[in-house]
Amino acid sequence: MANETIPRLESYDDVALTKAFGELKLQFNQEAMLSGSPEGRESLRVDWLGRKQGRLTQISSIWLKTAPDSAKRSLGQRFNEFKAYIEQSIAQELSVESAGSGRPLDAIDISLPGTRSRIGIEHPLIKTMNEIVAVFKSMGYSVGVGPEVETDYYNFESLNFPPNHPARDTQDTLVVAGQERKALRDRLLMRTHTSPVQIRTMEQQAPPVRIVIPGKVHRNDAADATHSPIFHQVEGLCVDTNITFSDLKGTLDHAMKAFFGSSVKTRFFPSFFPFTEPSADVQISCIFCGGKGCRKCKHSGWIELLGCGMVDPAVFGAVQQKQPGYDPKKISGFAFGMGVERIAMMKYGVSDIGQFYSGDMRFLEQFA
Amino acid sequence: MKILSQWIREYVPSIAADDRQLADDLTLRGIAVDGVFDLGADADGKSNGSLFEMDITTNRVDAMNHYGIAREAATIYNVPLLPLDAALPEFAKSSKPCPVRIEAPELCGRFTARVLRGVHVGASSGVVAERFRLLEQKQIFNTVDATNFVWMAMGHPTHAFDLDKLEGGIVVRRARKGEKIKLLDGTERTLEPDDLVVADEVKAVGLAGIMGGWDTMITPATRNVLVEAAWFDPATIRRSSRRHGLHTDASHRFERGADFNAAPVANALVCKLILESGGSVEGELVDVVIPEAAARTADRTAISLAVSEVARHLGATEDGKGIPAATVVQYLTALGCDLKASGEQAYAVKLPSWRLDIEREIDLIEEVARVHGYNKFANTLPAFAGTVVDLPQEQKEATLRRTLLALGLSEAVSSTFCSAAEADVFAPQPGSSVAMGNPLNEEAGMLRPSLLPGMLTMMAHNLHRDVQDVRLFEMGTVFSGSTERVDENPALSLGATGAAEGTSLYPEKDALFFEMKGAIEELCGKFSRRSLYFDTFAADSGLLPAWLQPGRCARAVMDGATVAWFGQVSSAQAQQRKLKQAVYVGEVYLHRLYKQALRQPISRELSRFPAVERDFSFIFPNAISWQQVAAALDNLALAEMVSREPREIFPGAAGKPVPEGHSSLLLRAVFQSQERTLREEEMQAMSARVMEALRDLGGQLRA
Ligand SMILES: [Zn+2]
Repeated sequence: MANETIPRLESYDDVALTKAFGELKLQFNQEAMLSGSPEGRESLRVDWLGRKQGRLTQISSIWLKTAPDSAKRSLGQRFNEFKAYIEQSIAQELSVESAGSGRPLDAIDISLPGTRSRIGIEHPLIKTMNEIVAVFKSMGYSVGVGPEVETDYYNFESLNFPPNHPARDTQDTLVVAGQERKALRDRLLMRTHTSPVQIRTMEQQAPPVRIVIPGKVHRNDAADATHSPIFHQVEGLCVDTNITFSDLKGTLDHAMKAFFGSSVKTRFFPSFFPFTEPSADVQISCIFCGGKGCRKCKHSGWIELLGCGMVDPAVFGAVQQKQPGYDPKKISGFAFGMGVERIAMMKYGVSDIGQFYSGDMRFLEQFA
Repeated sequence: MKILSQWIREYVPSIAADDRQLADDLTLRGIAVDGVFDLGADADGKSNGSLFEMDITTNRVDAMNHYGIAREAATIYNVPLLPLDAALPEFAKSSKPCPVRIEAPELCGRFTARVLRGVHVGASSGVVAERFRLLEQKQIFNTVDATNFVWMAMGHPTHAFDLDKLEGGIVVRRARKGEKIKLLDGTERTLEPDDLVVADEVKAVGLAGIMGGWDTMITPATRNVLVEAAWFDPATIRRSSRRHGLHTDASHRFERGADFNAAPVANALVCKLILESGGSVEGELVDVVIPEAAARTADRTAISLAVSEVARHLGATEDGKGIPAATVVQYLTALGCDLKASGEQAYAVKLPSWRLDIEREIDLIEEVARVHGYNKFANTLPAFAGTVVDLPQEQKEATLRRTLLALGLSEAVSSTFCSAAEADVFAPQPGSSVAMGNPLNEEAGMLRPSLLPGMLTMMAHNLHRDVQDVRLFEMGTVFSGSTERVDENPALSLGATGAAEGTSLYPEKDALFFEMKGAIEELCGKFSRRSLYFDTFAADSGLLPAWLQPGRCARAVMDGATVAWFGQVSSAQAQQRKLKQAVYVGEVYLHRLYKQALRQPISRELSRFPAVERDFSFIFPNAISWQQVAAALDNLALAEMVSREPREIFPGAAGKPVPEGHSSLLLRAVFQSQERTLREEEMQAMSARVMEALRDLGGQLRA
């Protein structure tokens, strides 16, 4: 039967293809029904699936090669479906055979579920934070850390927040008890961002500096599905001679591609932060729809992800009191920061931010 | 804030872009348009344009109005911005202007007033009515609508008084202590000298920059009005607005800095609109200017800008051309700056009166970047200089986390805060917890001195949801000290509840204890150390942490320092938290563990000679612990004994071969030499010494 000729394809439209493959299927089914013995089944396999002279190989070489380019796609798709059908049917024939030949007495029921020792689950926030940090480490950034309880000086004043900035109000910031008698700059509070670590690092280290700062921060926010008084940030700082806004753009564009995939695009919008100038908000092209627009990106094709900017000369001015190397006339730098919860919620489709802090095993097990 | 595209186009008629393009271009320049809504057409079929829903950052109060946004559009497209038409109809110059006196020149920098006589108070019509309708802005009557219209047009607050209710001229002064005023919202306020008022010779008629007074408000009966447009000190208005809890459009603008030069224009625009329904101007505009205030705002000294600094901060553009001097001049001039060359590629820049947010060279550079468009800058990567520095704890923390995950514990993150009662129970050092000044809630009054309150909350959370098998850890910061000085230390908490199997050494009910002990041994094993032992204390010793159940807990001591406490949660805590099954928790004091270096594995040569196992079965009184047995064997100092492990332990009972109060111990020792195969005589001698040591300890060989 190996010499059975391959029928000619008259046309490449849907009707003709359906008819041609239908006839092949009928032919195969008839032969399969007649192949009663193990030898017969083996010859059926060789006849249809044999690598050199098998009928599928021939069909593929004759039909596909002669087809016009416009028809190759639909023909290829039908061919693959047909091939899968043949393979599955022959595999079934063969397995019926082995099951039938009796089981040894000590045979294992291999269909029972496997056992495994339990492995702990990385917390989605910590995992996300570590992944972001790893991207910047690979770009030559060192990890920086700092205290969660900060002074007003490091959290606000040195970062160029004016004395009456609303963030300094207890409505926005959680403060340690009994600070009222202290000078404003010495008052203790829960850091509202990881930015104080920028100042602390620069005070310790003359330029150049490249650090990435992961950490927990707090704000006096009412908890709801997307807000939590406790959250995490990853912040970055790069200072040297000749660091420019285009370097900031290039760095974040590269980092976003490294983190989300090389097809991701970035775009930058003017924004306002006290400690950077110029300041920007960065959007990435939607990682779910590729920018076409979907529910997750509110049909805009873009997702807002981080804030950044060139370090404000006033910030260098504050650092200069301890490290004269930070002369804003000679050096420049950029800083950026992003919310870890926001990224993790987007990436994993978490709808309630509170679940991150619940310790609920059912929630965590989804990330195993 | 809502903006009409047709209103913008009135000021910048030569914009070629359609409304959507305009919205996008503004957004990319930081004047964010959040939504664009088509307003359809009017009765004549003429398009009403679009409504823009704006979201403008607080530093750009100057752009929170139509003219401000029109200026941005004119700058973007490099097309002309028409001046505001503030020309008033002819009037008799001879008439007497209204007297105005500023008694608090440090709080009020400018005050303009103009009197209109014979006005007609009624409904607005024409452009005002039409645009109010499109903006869904409520119409009141023409005089009030005029001030609101000018507010939306150019962002300067104004106010109109009923002239006939004023007693004498205008006085701008500090309020008298205890002075009272009824405001337009109907409330009566008691003032302080830190409040600024607009008054007549007798009484306060308005809380300056915030809200006008009730007694002098315009009514349908009003015939003669006085129109006010002024400039007030931002800090004064902010304090007053806060003190009285009154946040109005006017206070919003004044406290962020209004345009010093806008007052006469705004005044004229309001007058012009009111006069459209009748009336006439009486006298010239009264315009009192405090020169010191003008110097801080409209007449600021020019700042210098070097084109080289633009390139140093902004870097490369996508087209590779950078930003030439001519382009810098074009952008900044369109924004209202006045540039005078001051040397090679440098300018003295006079700043516009409405842009108080611009003060320094870097602010101008930001404006250049913004107008140029951020996305027209190239993506470049800085050359790498400097070295990567590892934090001392980075590797240690990563090693612990990896080990814990491998041990089957999942990571959790809990609250940074706990209640005062929890702080009392869980603080490692009593009385050293730190209170919050404005806690999130009653349960979060303290900075956590321990991770355990959070861990127990999470264990209870799971059990209360019928999740019975829980293994969690948390790595985080714990706090101690005082409100003067807060110390932060890294800590690790462990939590376990649910199924755990017994072994030949211990029953199922003790299994979680040993699981946790094993975890702590594994963690400590990652660090170099001289010694590690576990001990515990009697309930009445005062040395046990209150949260642990006596007899079912232990502490780990590494090189003389307590590195962990762990065990079953005390019955008091279990009851209080309604824990339905036994829960085990532990806390590892990482700041102590981190004092040790990570253990550096060192390979040694493996023996080529056979290992020989010997089992010993002894009965011991329960008072003898495994630690004592192990110590007795170790004291033998047999170099060839490479291990000794308990294999099986079972308790005795009355009437059984192993009596009550005793346990049987099956011990396995392994002997192996690095140099030779051990001979039978050597094995016998060593076994005899082992048995002797076990007998000396009170053990009895089992038959
Ligand atoms: Zn999308």
